[in-house]
Formats: sequence, C-alpha cells, structure tokens
Amino acid sequence: MARPQRKAAEKRGIAKCRTGITGLDQIMEGGLPKGRPTLLCGGAGCGKTILAMEFLVRGAREFNEAGVFMAFEETGKELGENVASLGFDLPSLISHKKLFVDHVRVERSEIEETGEYDLEGLFIRLEAAIRRVGAKRVVLDTIESLFSSFSNTNILRAELRRLFQWLKSKGVTVVITAETGDGKLTRQGIEEYVADCVILLDHRVEEQNSIRHLRVVKYRGTTHGTSEYPFLIGVSGISVLPLSSLKLDHEASTQRISSGIPQLDAMLGGKGFYRGTSILITGAAGTGKSSMAAHFVQAACQRGERALYMASEQSRSEVIRNMRSIGIDLEPWVEQGLLQFYANRPGSFGLEKHLVTIHDLATAFNPRVVVIDPVTNFLAVGNDLEVKSMVTRLIDVFKSRHTTAMFTSLTAGDSTAESSEVGVSSLMDAWLLLRNLESNGERNRGLYVLKARGMAHSNQIREFLLTDRGVRLVDAYIGPSGLLTGSARIAQDIREQAQAAARKQQLARKNLELKQKRQTLESQIAKMRADFEMEENSVLRDVEDLELAEKDATLVRTAMGRSRQAELARSHGNGRA
Amino acid sequence: MKSKAGKKRCSRAASRKWNLRLYIAGETSRSIAAVENLQALCRKYLPVDYNIEVIDLSKNPHLAAGDQILAVPTLVRRLPPPLKKIIGDLSNVERVLVGLDLCSEKTS
Repeated sequence: MARPQRKAAEKRGIAKCRTGITGLDQIMEGGLPKGRPTLLCGGAGCGKTILAMEFLVRGAREFNEAGVFMAFEETGKELGENVASLGFDLPSLISHKKLFVDHVRVERSEIEETGEYDLEGLFIRLEAAIRRVGAKRVVLDTIESLFSSFSNTNILRAELRRLFQWLKSKGVTVVITAETGDGKLTRQGIEEYVADCVILLDHRVEEQNSIRHLRVVKYRGTTHGTSEYPFLIGVSGISVLPLSSLKLDHEASTQRISSGIPQLDAMLGGKGFYRGTSILITGAAGTGKSSMAAHFVQAACQRGERALYMASEQSRSEVIRNMRSIGIDLEPWVEQGLLQFYANRPGSFGLEKHLVTIHDLATAFNPRVVVIDPVTNFLAVGNDLEVKSMVTRLIDVFKSRHTTAMFTSLTAGDSTAESSEVGVSSLMDAWLLLRNLESNGERNRGLYVLKARGMAHSNQIREFLLTDRGVRLVDAYIGPSGLLTGSARIAQDIREQAQAAARKQQLARKNLELKQKRQTLESQIAKMRADFEMEENSVLRDVEDLELAEKDATLVRTAMGRSRQAELARSHGNGRA
Repeated sequence: MKSKAGKKRCSRAASRKWNLRLYIAGETSRSIAAVENLQALCRKYLPVDYNIEVIDLSKNPHLAAGDQILAVPTLVRRLPPPLKKIIGDLSNVERVLVGLDLCSEKTS
C-alpha cells in the first residue's frame, strides 16, 4: 500500500539527493531536498557533525558527488581524525578531489568592527571551494558560530539570508548544522531562513541507556516519516533505524539448509529450513536450545558458509567448551575464520546500540547464518515492545541479506510453552519448541515443530537426547499413558527386545522340530525303500526260476514228441516192402 | 561602537615598520570608501615607513583563506605584531585607531 504511494510522491514531488546513510533515505523518502538547504539541529554531542560528514563522504564514495565541508569549529585535521574511526578516509578523498575541507576560524578578540561590512569573503571562499572540486554537496558546520564572531547581528542575519539564497542558486544540496537552545530549534533562529527541510537530532538517557533520536521536523514538498527514529553511530557510520522498515519485499528462497540434525531435517519435510528465514527455538532453561544452535552453526561451517554466533550468556570459550561435551567442536571453524563470536552482556549498552552492532557485524562479516542466543536476554535492556521492535528490525536486516537467523528464546518454566517471551513468534518462519517432559520421576527433553512455514512438517513429538555425539532425536513411544520418554522409553525398549528374543527362540525351536521330523520321515522312507528292494529282488528271483522251469518243460516235451514220430515212421515203411 | 570624544588618547605610532593588508571584494562603493579611509588614516597616524596592500578577493579568491577573511572589507595589521583585524569600511576612525593599537581606551 505504502510503496506505490511513495513512488508516486517521488515522481511528482521535489528532487531528492540521496544521503546513503542507512535508514535516513528511507525516512526522508529518497533523501534530502536536492539543490536546497537542510537544517540539521541538535544539542551538543548528538552527532550533527558526523551526520553531515557522512552525507559528504557517502556522496563522494557512493554517488560520485564531490563535497565541500566548511568547518567553523574544528580544523580539517581534527575532523579527519574524528571520523577516521568510522572508516572515513578524509585525506584520501581530499587528495582525489572528492572532498574539500575548509576550516574557517574567526577569533573575535582579533576583530574590531568599524562601519559597514558584509560577508562577501565567506561567499568567495565557498564559491572557490565549490569550484575547486566541482561540489554538489556542501556542509556548513556550524554556521551559527558566526554569531559569536560578529557583533552586528543585523548584518549577519541579512547576510545569512543572502547566503542561503545564493547557495540555492548554485544548485548545491546544503546541510547546515545548528545547536538547539532555549526550547528553540536553533539558538539564533536560523530555521527562519532554512525552511525547506529541518532535521532534529536528540540525545537523551532513558533507563540509564543513552539513545540518540532523529526526527524530520519539516520537509516541504514531500511526505516523510514523522516519528522519532533512534539512530546510532556505529563502526561504519550512522544507522537510522526506522521501526517501520519492514517493507516485506524480501525475495523468498527455495533453497533448503540443514539444521545440522538429520532427524530434525527429516521432520522438516526431509530437507531442513529454507534459506533466509527466521527460526525461533523456545524452551525452558536446560532444554538444549544452545545445543541446537551449535548444530546449526556447525552445519553451516561444514558447508563452508560463514556463521555468526551472538552469545549473551556465555563467552566464546565457554560456548566452545560446553559444545565439546556434546561432541561439537567449533574451534576449528573459528580458526578458519568461518565462525565469528560476538559475546556481549545485553546490559552493557542500549538496545539500539546492540542492533547497530549486530547490523554492522552482519554487513562487515557477511554471514550466511546467524544465531542469537538468547534473544530474551535483551529484555534486560528494554521492555517487551522495544525488544519486539528490535527483533523485527533484526529479522528485517537478516532477511534483506538472505541470512538465515536462529533465535533462541527462554521461556519461564513450562507454563508458557506456546508463547514466546518476546512475543515475536508470529514474525518467525519456523518455530521449534523444546519441552521438559516430566514423568515417572524424571525429566526428559522433547521437541516438536510448532510451525514451519511453507513446508510439510512432522507433527510428532520427538524425544531429544544430548549425547556425546551431538543431539539425537528418538522416535517417541506412545504408551497407554501417553508419550514414553527416558527410562520409561528404555524399559519399553527392553521389553520389546525381550519379546523379540523370545519370538526368535520359538522360531528356532520350531525350525529344529520341523527338521527333526523331516529327518525321521526320510529315514523311514529309506527303510521302506530298502525293504521293498529286498522283496522285489526275491520276487524277481522266483519269476526267473519259474521261467527257467517253463523252458525246461518245453524242451522235454519237444524231445518226447520227436522220439514218438520216429517210431511211427519206422512201422509204416516195413509194411510195404 | 559609539565612543565619546576626549575619552581616548590617540598618538602617532612609534617609528616601526608597518604592514597593512586591506581585503575588498570588487569595486563597490564600500570598497572604495574603505581604501580612501585607510589612506587618509595612514597618512595622519602612521610613520613614514608603512606599506598598504589592497587585495581584491573577487580577483584572487584563493587569498581569502590565508588570513581567514569572511567579512569584507577587512583590514589586517600584519606588522607590527600581534595580528589585528578590523572589519568594515573604516569610517569610524576612532575604532580603527583602537583596533590598530594607536589609541588606548582610558581605563579610568
């Protein structure tokens, strides 16, 4: 809804000059008014000079626009030293003609005023400086100090009015810093002349934490964020943290990454988490949140990805030692530069500072995987709402960088099992719940996937074991009295094993019996066959005998017949002769 | 700015080397007035050995930074030390003389 509106405003409205400062362009909906002066006011030490300098440095580095810094309070050398810690190399920018720093020093004690004068000298200097580097951006820091240098304020006011008109005619985008005072935006009322855009910086202490805020008081010709936005001066400059920065236009990755625990990956559709998502692990004390985080980090390092581990309860060496006890050695990854620890007590500084530090770390180290263990510790620094907004912004930071973030959250006891302490569960893409399961006089750990957006996931409660070879998830037994865990599960296990053994024995016995029966049968068959063979033999012999006898009888008969025939013939022949 | 006559004791400067530099920006009436006022004043109050250098910043803008010039006209007393700056068209002679240490305001 808001985006098309903003785009339209950018098209129709005034031209903007991007500052490149994290978050500021977002609030200003594009940047400072191009070719116009912007008044940057605030009390002492609230970061005016740094913001103004960053505007020039980023202009030179990121948008190739040269700048002029006219310093009325600090020398060029001092300025260079002051911002060197933010990674701004002024001497290099100056030598490359991307920046020109002009220190204007006015000692009132040296000056006597006689008659009419004007500030043409300042104009000439400014013009020479702008021409020298072809500047598109100009900073005047702090022009109000002129009021302490010259006593004729009427001339000064007239000249300042002329100066701003003149700067507009030059088409340069100008930032003018001024000190707030006496309930007014600026001590000398410069806001009368610089009416296009006014930004107010503020530095105050809330609950012992000092927080800087930025507010766009006025911005002619365009819409802008109107709230007070916290900002921080981090190691790479200023970061303004708009609460409403969640644009929700992150690109969704379909790539899956392992949780480091194969059984858990199996529960998450078999492939693990989506890359670039936020994962919440909630659980009471001692349920194994850090161990899961360590697995996750180890898996990332094994894939050759960089991981950032933010511990707010244990120091780096404590985490490494404790994780060794479950067989995870993180030290080699630290040595290889794949794993970076950031251990800090949340109370050591304000929430916003933490956020910026994390943001800066994420930018500098560029991890693919981040663990914040635990996020609930930030409650020591801010209230629920603040922590929630911080986590929202953190998620935003990580998502925009496609970094997979795992947050652990400590819940008080088992009572608030399904509500995370910081109320951020709705922002998370995956939520694993670790629970203490008490039964039979013992405490066991259980894990279930409460939600996992965009994937089919197991609805089963798994028993969660911390072994000397890491976390192991065991299939839970559902007994007659519910889930069986721990020794009850082991007892069930043994019972089943015994039953299996008994079954096995029985089977073996049966097999043996069968074998024996077969053997008996076969021996009987053999005996019968032997008997039969014997009988057969004797019968055959009888048959042979009978056949022989038959042959003999035939022979006898033939012989007898022959002899009878002869006698007959002889008797016949004798008679005729 | 106002000063009552008679309250100041002005004297001709001691015979030292004087070096003055007047910064102006363009040939404006104010610039011309300043140059004229300075010349008259020097003739009257300074020793013979003085030197006036008029610098037009509209022609030499880079010279503005050296003496930290913002307002014009500005008169800079380079010699004798210490460095002094007087801004304006130098129409108030008494203030100029005070600025040049040629007059001392009465302490009483």
